[in-house]
Amino acid sequence: MTEVSVTKDAAPAADPLVVLDNVNKHFGALHVLQDIDLTIARGEVVVVIGPSGSGKSTLCRTINRLETIDSGSITIDGKPLPAEGRELARLRADVGMVFQSFNLFAHKTVLENVLLGQLKVRRTEKKLAEEKARALLDRVGVANQADKYPAQLSGGQQQRVAIARALAMDPKVMLFDEPTSALDPEMINEVLEVMQQLARDGMTMVVVTHEMGFARSAANRVVFMSDGRIVEEAQPDQFFSNPRSDRAKDFLSKILHH
Amino acid sequence: MFDFLDLEQYDLFGAFWVTVQLTLYSAVGSLVWGTILAGMRVSPVPLMRGFATTYINVMRNTPLTVIIVATSLGLYQTLGMTLGGGDSKEAGFRLAVLGFVAYTATFVCESLRSGINTVPVGQAEAARALGLGFTQVLTLIVLPQAFRSVVAPLANVLIALTKNTTVAAAIGVPEAALLMKEMIENESDAIFLVFAVFAFGFIVLTLPTGLLLGWVSKRVAVKR
Repeated sequence: MTEVSVTKDAAPAADPLVVLDNVNKHFGALHVLQDIDLTIARGEVVVVIGPSGSGKSTLCRTINRLETIDSGSITIDGKPLPAEGRELARLRADVGMVFQSFNLFAHKTVLENVLLGQLKVRRTEKKLAEEKARALLDRVGVANQADKYPAQLSGGQQQRVAIARALAMDPKVMLFDEPTSALDPEMINEVLEVMQQLARDGMTMVVVTHEMGFARSAANRVVFMSDGRIVEEAQPDQFFSNPRSDRAKDFLSKILHH
Repeated sequence: MFDFLDLEQYDLFGAFWVTVQLTLYSAVGSLVWGTILAGMRVSPVPLMRGFATTYINVMRNTPLTVIIVATSLGLYQTLGMTLGGGDSKEAGFRLAVLGFVAYTATFVCESLRSGINTVPVGQAEAARALGLGFTQVLTLIVLPQAFRSVVAPLANVLIALTKNTTVAAAIGVPEAALLMKEMIENESDAIFLVFAVFAFGFIVLTLPTGLLLGWVSKRVAVKR
């Protein structure tokens, strides 16, 4: 394996919201995250790409501690991630997460899915919560599906509901863990459009994806991971037109030319 | 042919009514206690997990007769516990319910735990990611889905419980099996008919239970 030093072209973060400092994690013998340093500024859209098994999903999941880390530190809005418990729950409420497999609550309707966090975590009044839930469902284009169950919706619709569910918490940052990887090709765009809009509205986003088009158009910064390391960080046009590391060149040559 | 069945002498319906009451109280109690045990078995607190695991392994592997007799001879006659006063008959009923709950809850818990395993991990992850605490994740997301997937196994537990209530005869609770014992002694020339009457009585109780809960099980199943 060739050792490649991390090349950074992006400007230093002005107002850091999420800071990962020297993060390491192992899955048994596999060193899945190796010395990860990453700072995400408020309002920034960071797209994480890389080959399968490079640790990008794990990286995303460590930010709200769905995966624990072995060493290093992660701070969100100046506060280090607390251990499991009430404090962590409070922090997770401020970090929205969208999963590859949607994970909508299967026994609750679409509306109830979007209401749950507001009612049970934020303790919002029912009427206000419902207004907000319906507005969010309208924003992601599934307002007419509010009373259906998740299994009755298409994958694209489910994922948009999942985004609405996360947005209902007014998160400081949104994490997207391969949000379009489980979707039929024709449904990918409807989800990406919602995410594009979100990016334009100034949401801080960490997006793990294989959608290079989205990375090009919506990202402020592209982070390329391979074998548990951040190999390259750059602005999208620079990364796609002129990648510096051999590993990134190799990766891009495989996915961009057919 | 059914001359032996003198309803003046033998209170058949009264005896089965006691059986039904034993079953219902025990079922509700087992459901509650079994759910709490299941919560403990999946909890992040090692002490709770350890307690629930030990409790289940002890109770599940102890013969029900031993448990029921122990409630009467141990709790009532030796320690003087009557669970709320009354004469020995009333106390006997309550002690029997206690014994059935203690025993049956282990089977409820294990059914429920297999139901918890059918709920995809992502459901709990999504709930945690929203900021719900452990108890909220369990009671709002995991258990409601787990219950829906174990209605049929729980029906089995309920049917077994209904028939297990006959053990209460051992401590003199006047339910169906105690009456049967009396009738066997007095009506020995119609002994097979006596058996048939009681077997039929239990089928009347359990068969509809199984059919009804089978239907419920299909209705409430979570579509994924």
